[in-house]
Amino acid sequence: MITTDSKKTTYVEAGVEALREEMSRDESVFYIGQGIGPRGGNFAQTRGLWKEFGDHRLRDTGICELGATGIAIGAAMAGSRAIVDEVFLDFILEAMTQVIQQAANVHYSSDGKIKVPVVIRGAMGAVRSAGSHHSHAFYAWFAQTPGLKVVVPSTPYDVKGLLKTAIRDDGPVLFIEHKALYNTKGEIPTGEYTIPFGQARIRREGTDVTLIAVGKMVQQAVDAAEILQQEGLSVEVIDPRTIVPLDRKALSASISKTGRVAVVDEAPASCGFAAEVFAIACEDCFDDLDSPPLRICSLAAPNPFSPVLEDQMIPSVERIVSEIRRAFGA
Amino acid sequence: MQITVSVTPDVKLVLRLYREMLELREFELKVQELYRAAKLPGFVHLYVGEEAVAAGVSAHLTREDLVFSTHRGHGHALAKGVTGREVMAELWGKATGCSGGRGGSMHMYAPEYGFMGTNGVVGGGLPLATGAGLSAQLRKSGQVTICYFGDGAVNSGSFHESVNFGAVWNLPVVYVCENNLYATETAFWRATKNVSVASRGAAYDMPAMTVDGNDVLAVYEAADEAIARARSGGGPTLLECKTYRVVGHHEGDPGTDYRTREEVESWKKKCPLTVLRERALSAAWANVDDFEKIAHEVQAWLEDAVEFSRTSPAPDPSTVMDHVFCTEDGQ
Repeated sequence: MITTDSKKTTYVEAGVEALREEMSRDESVFYIGQGIGPRGGNFAQTRGLWKEFGDHRLRDTGICELGATGIAIGAAMAGSRAIVDEVFLDFILEAMTQVIQQAANVHYSSDGKIKVPVVIRGAMGAVRSAGSHHSHAFYAWFAQTPGLKVVVPSTPYDVKGLLKTAIRDDGPVLFIEHKALYNTKGEIPTGEYTIPFGQARIRREGTDVTLIAVGKMVQQAVDAAEILQQEGLSVEVIDPRTIVPLDRKALSASISKTGRVAVVDEAPASCGFAAEVFAIACEDCFDDLDSPPLRICSLAAPNPFSPVLEDQMIPSVERIVSEIRRAFGA
Repeated sequence: MQITVSVTPDVKLVLRLYREMLELREFELKVQELYRAAKLPGFVHLYVGEEAVAAGVSAHLTREDLVFSTHRGHGHALAKGVTGREVMAELWGKATGCSGGRGGSMHMYAPEYGFMGTNGVVGGGLPLATGAGLSAQLRKSGQVTICYFGDGAVNSGSFHESVNFGAVWNLPVVYVCENNLYATETAFWRATKNVSVASRGAAYDMPAMTVDGNDVLAVYEAADEAIARARSGGGPTLLECKTYRVVGHHEGDPGTDYRTREEVESWKKKCPLTVLRERALSAAWANVDDFEKIAHEVQAWLEDAVEFSRTSPAPDPSTVMDHVFCTEDGQ
């Protein structure tokens, strides 16, 4: 239920609100991870919660992603509702065995007898020359693993509504924010709301090209679309919001309508989300396509440090505009 | 500290523990036979020789208490109360197995008995059990969690990160190390300078004990202390049970490439069933007829489990996509 009253808030504060509301309404919810106690998280992603809920429900572990993640999964198996914070998504690599081998499999292997209500949270993507250990955009890896849901929000509105849905889900959900978005602002309703998984959002309507993006790339896609509009090209921008489950119908409908599809992705092109969208375009919209699809992705290199190199690697508004113009322009 | 049993135990308890161990032993020998006859798919790691640990520990547990097991976990499941029928049918890949045939030997779950899973990953259950302990503490449920693992797990980061937080948060968990001296084929002494697992408790300021893992009464007494501590809010214990698998690592491994036949034979002489039986007979706690009666009952129990599993239906192939997700999303 969405109320008409709204307020401006940041992407990070929208997450804090979701946590506060869910921890208040359900005693079984607890939060675990590095630095999420008194400090309120490296990105202020739990600011104020420790004062409210204390050591009991905010378990600050220091640095031990494998232990913290496995503990969260085990607690979820035993009857709690856990949120584990990897802080930087990059550090989930220390815990991958627990995510892939345990969390994703337990419900299936137990014949549906053991639920695993755990949200695994981490911030992806490049920001201010963080370099090759703190900038990864490998969210699509998780979409390859049956049993995991993958949420990649792009706005404060989506962060709050989708995080609440993630916490109420009975299975493991990867909740992957973009660290460059934490201080961006947007409108959210003042009242309670949730957003169902698997519902893409059309961020901008258009008729000539379908442009699909997630996370930080959504706003860049919208900005590029505005520039292209001035040149007479009408671009529809779609944000799937959740990669698993994926709103295949919405993507296909738009691609069939425009006959042209491009994907902007902060991850490399090969074997990734962009490739998956191409498969859908071919399977669902083959007869409607007027042009070969277009991938506008990060170059397939480790994240470089120098700002000049980083800017060269990751899709910019300018690059999105020029590549779409080249591929689909009049 | 080394535990020695000083008091004369209750006869009923002695026979109960013997019966439990015999069930585990006969079950595994039957699994070996069926596996060799190509009746059972997959891979199996047998518990033969280590029965005293599961029997001695589980004797103190309620149905609500939780057990997280390992790849060598059939005995842990049975001792926790999962029926022979359900364990055998699972190994057979049948719909009537405790995981509906979706799990098999290393992914066997029966939460209705507090059995939270065998595990195909060495060290994989350590953080999960710690988390279950945290959940029990958060929910004030009074449950105790048993975390089984082998010597092969204790040099992994998973062990350190889990046991550390068990101690930090004073969780109701008993970390039971079944030290059978070999991580698959690698001798423990080759992989660590300090071969005392219990001594590692000091690193976490956690109480620790070493016990003869082939002496079920010693295991029973040590587990009593550790479980009582956990249940009363006294926190976790690291319990090292020194034991040995007298079979190969998995069925098909002769187990003699990396161990001498003499070593295997010497441990067979310390068989936990023989040890208890001879002790009970010589101390006149029980007589030969008592043991005969148990043997007959266990045989009947086992035959029933095998027959049930053999005649059970396979899962319906059309259900292969069931239970992938816990919550289905409307599309």
